[in-house]
Amino acid sequence: MNLSFWLNGKLCNDEVEPGMMLLELLRTKGCYSVKCGCETSNCGLCTVLMDDRPVLSCSVPALRAEGKKIVTMEGMQKEAEEFGSFLADEGAEQCGFCNPGFIMNIFAMERELTDPTEEEIQEYLAGNLCRCSGFVGQTRSIRKYLAYKESQKKEGIRE
Amino acid sequence: MNYVSRPVRKKDAMALVTGKPVYTNDLAPKDCLIVKLLRSPYANAWVEEIRTDNASRVEGIAAVFTYKDVPQNRFTLAGQTYPELSPYDRLIMDPHLRYVGDTVAIVAGETEDAVDKALKRIKVKYRVEEPVLDMHKAKDGPILVHPEDNWEAKVPVGADNRRNLCASAVEESGDVDKILSECAYTVDQTYHTKANQQTMMETFRTYCYMDYFGRLNVVSSTQIPFHVRRILGTALDIPSSKVRVIKPRIGGGFGAKQTSISEIYPAFVTWKTGRPSKILFSRYESQISGSPRHEMEIRVRAGADENGIVRALDVYTLSNGGAYGEHGPTTVGLSGHKAIALYRHTEAYRFAYDVVYTNVQSAGAYRGYGATQGIYAVESAVNELAHKMGMDPVKIRELNMPVQGGPLPAYDGVCKTAASCTMDQCMERAKEMMNWDEKYPCRDMGNGKVRGVGVAMAMQGSSIAGIDVGGASVKLNEDGSYTLGLGCADMGTGCDTILAQMAADCLETPLDNIVVFGVDTDISPYDSGSYASATTYATGTAVVNACRELREKICSLGALMLESDPANVDFDGEYVYAGENKVSLRDIAVRGTCGNTQELQVTQTYSSPISPPPFMVGMAEVEIDKETGSAKVVDYVAVVDCGTPINPNLVRVQAEGGIAQGIGMALYEDIQYSKKGVIRNNSFMQYKIPTRLDIGDICVEIKGSYEPSGPFGAKSVGELVIDTPCPAITEAIYNATGVRVRELPATAEKIAMGMLKNRLEK
Repeated sequence: MNLSFWLNGKLCNDEVEPGMMLLELLRTKGCYSVKCGCETSNCGLCTVLMDDRPVLSCSVPALRAEGKKIVTMEGMQKEAEEFGSFLADEGAEQCGFCNPGFIMNIFAMERELTDPTEEEIQEYLAGNLCRCSGFVGQTRSIRKYLAYKESQKKEGIRE
Repeated sequence: MNYVSRPVRKKDAMALVTGKPVYTNDLAPKDCLIVKLLRSPYANAWVEEIRTDNASRVEGIAAVFTYKDVPQNRFTLAGQTYPELSPYDRLIMDPHLRYVGDTVAIVAGETEDAVDKALKRIKVKYRVEEPVLDMHKAKDGPILVHPEDNWEAKVPVGADNRRNLCASAVEESGDVDKILSECAYTVDQTYHTKANQQTMMETFRTYCYMDYFGRLNVVSSTQIPFHVRRILGTALDIPSSKVRVIKPRIGGGFGAKQTSISEIYPAFVTWKTGRPSKILFSRYESQISGSPRHEMEIRVRAGADENGIVRALDVYTLSNGGAYGEHGPTTVGLSGHKAIALYRHTEAYRFAYDVVYTNVQSAGAYRGYGATQGIYAVESAVNELAHKMGMDPVKIRELNMPVQGGPLPAYDGVCKTAASCTMDQCMERAKEMMNWDEKYPCRDMGNGKVRGVGVAMAMQGSSIAGIDVGGASVKLNEDGSYTLGLGCADMGTGCDTILAQMAADCLETPLDNIVVFGVDTDISPYDSGSYASATTYATGTAVVNACRELREKICSLGALMLESDPANVDFDGEYVYAGENKVSLRDIAVRGTCGNTQELQVTQTYSSPISPPPFMVGMAEVEIDKETGSAKVVDYVAVVDCGTPINPNLVRVQAEGGIAQGIGMALYEDIQYSKKGVIRNNSFMQYKIPTRLDIGDICVEIKGSYEPSGPFGAKSVGELVIDTPCPAITEAIYNATGVRVRELPATAEKIAMGMLKNRLEK
């Protein structure tokens, strides 16, 4: 079946099998940041943005992307570098395999929540598993990143 | 020092956080055959008849293999130095199936759909036999897991396949029974730890291709590239010289990838078909056919005198090896050696063990490697001992803990004494951080919740003494940069970076001037691999030694250029000086490529005769709901002595991650089997690992010591950090509720039932 959707800002037309999941399609289209960590929608590794909302691409049939805007980390390299530098400064990226899905969900959280409390942050990201870091380093990096973004906003207002 | 002891970023960090394609499946050729396995539905069965013709006829199928097609050399998948202590009890496929998930057939095809279709068309007639699932019934029982005649233990470890024994031994020092009979206080209890999955986020995976020399190239997510090379040679019955193993970035290992779980299948397919192939284990497969922690049941008899001095320890471990013996004989050793050594006044000890075969998933290496289980048991027993004598559990440890220069009873790391140890400072600081004196034993929160605190100590090793080999190769490039070639496997821990930090300081050069490369068994120096807490310590020493020798070579060529004696020159990382004259590193490097006969490259190998232990103290504050029994870790504090922390950030993250994993083991994680031997916890739905909502606050500090035998004074940290949560958390639960959980995990049900029982007994 024909599928047309926006992938990282570019319009794509693809022939897609009805049973194909978005995760598989994205990887065949070269978006290797999108990882698979389970088959039961538990790990969050495959998180991408669909019309700005986070979805688990392992559980979304590719055809559901019809007409939608899909964004993977390949389409947010600058932002990934910006947040990622905070994660790297904690050493909390560790094996890195969960990073793309986790970071995409942080971008979704930023759009959805203004000035989130720590509890809200933990809840929002609860579906993003990580086996290396014990999460606390990730939390430190989020806190520092959000503070940095806040200070940037304030500077912007002053200018 | 500019880099050692600094929290520098990992060299690969930005590639990882921006999602670059650096892992095995990102790199695999697009025309790889997809390899999948038909797995046994039975725990103990024989393939009587297998028909693959219908499967082979499916369009797109390239090959279907069964036990009839594979070599008959038995081998072990354990990544260990040859001759391995793990018995040679495997074939790539065997007509005898020994657990639910054992391999019946290998199917390779052009698409996943074709392979799935073919798998369904394989017709198998099984002869189903009664399995032995209970490890208590395995030894000398009527059902043999390995009745075959060509089973072989390469090293005498007390193994006997006719008795379902993978290993068995007794070690004794002094008269334990006599000393125990003299002790004013004794405890005799049995503790049971369950099998746990490592659940690294990247499951087992490998791809293979043939090169223009007719050699089998294996790209795999592994901790043990050089062992995989040997294992594949044996398994495929080809010279290992035909095998090249490459390790890309790895998405976590935790010991799971110290066993060659996935490599043999695509290797066999590619060798037979000549076509590139890959296997990706699903999470389901990783759960049912991985390499989990050994289930252990440990009986501890501990005795102390009236002053709280622990005088004798008697430890018996029954370890469940599962269907195959990978890491069975070795993990069990740590359950005694690393636990007994925590009590320096021990006058007599006995450590006995049996490792048995059963018809469940084969166990393997998991961070902590037996020490985690043994330390849970011994630390719990000592906690019980403290309560018996009315002593604060911190106090009994202060009286008995390892001290610098003090003895390490039963320790197998060949160190008679602890050359570096700040356990006393770790305890003191942990007490402050936890506010122990105010919180011990518990606080009723007044809302139906009660909070208790618990403590435990731990130690591990740093490499396997006299066995593990670290290798490093460092060369000066034409542009004045250096390449550091490594054979150890960075699995996310950051060893590529910390070894580069060491090299940068040794060579007095910026960290960015060091290029790190690893691992390719054709090019990298031999290294036994990343396990046994060896990398920082053993490979680190190889790096330091290699850099020292390279400096001499740089000085020598510099002296030649300055027409001076090498003995009279200095090198500061930028220039070689001879009195007033100097020549730059860059010029020396260029000189090295033109008319030069002195190689500017050094390879060094290091193996340590001793394994100096790192130490730590962990304290947990756990909140228990008095109604439901549900337990939640509110606070975890840990203070670690890893020698010199080469990268304090990475030490801290290792500790935080290890503690979170330990919390999972203590409270949630449990591989359970049905009566027929089918795993119930075959996905993240049923096998719960901690999420960020489950771990509370984890606060880690470092109380460094200086290990004289280590590079820059460093020891290890990676495994140590998973050892304290089980005993500390169960002790906190006891202090809060009076319920002693002696079988992990400490579920709400066990705690609630325990509280009910205590109430009824009152």
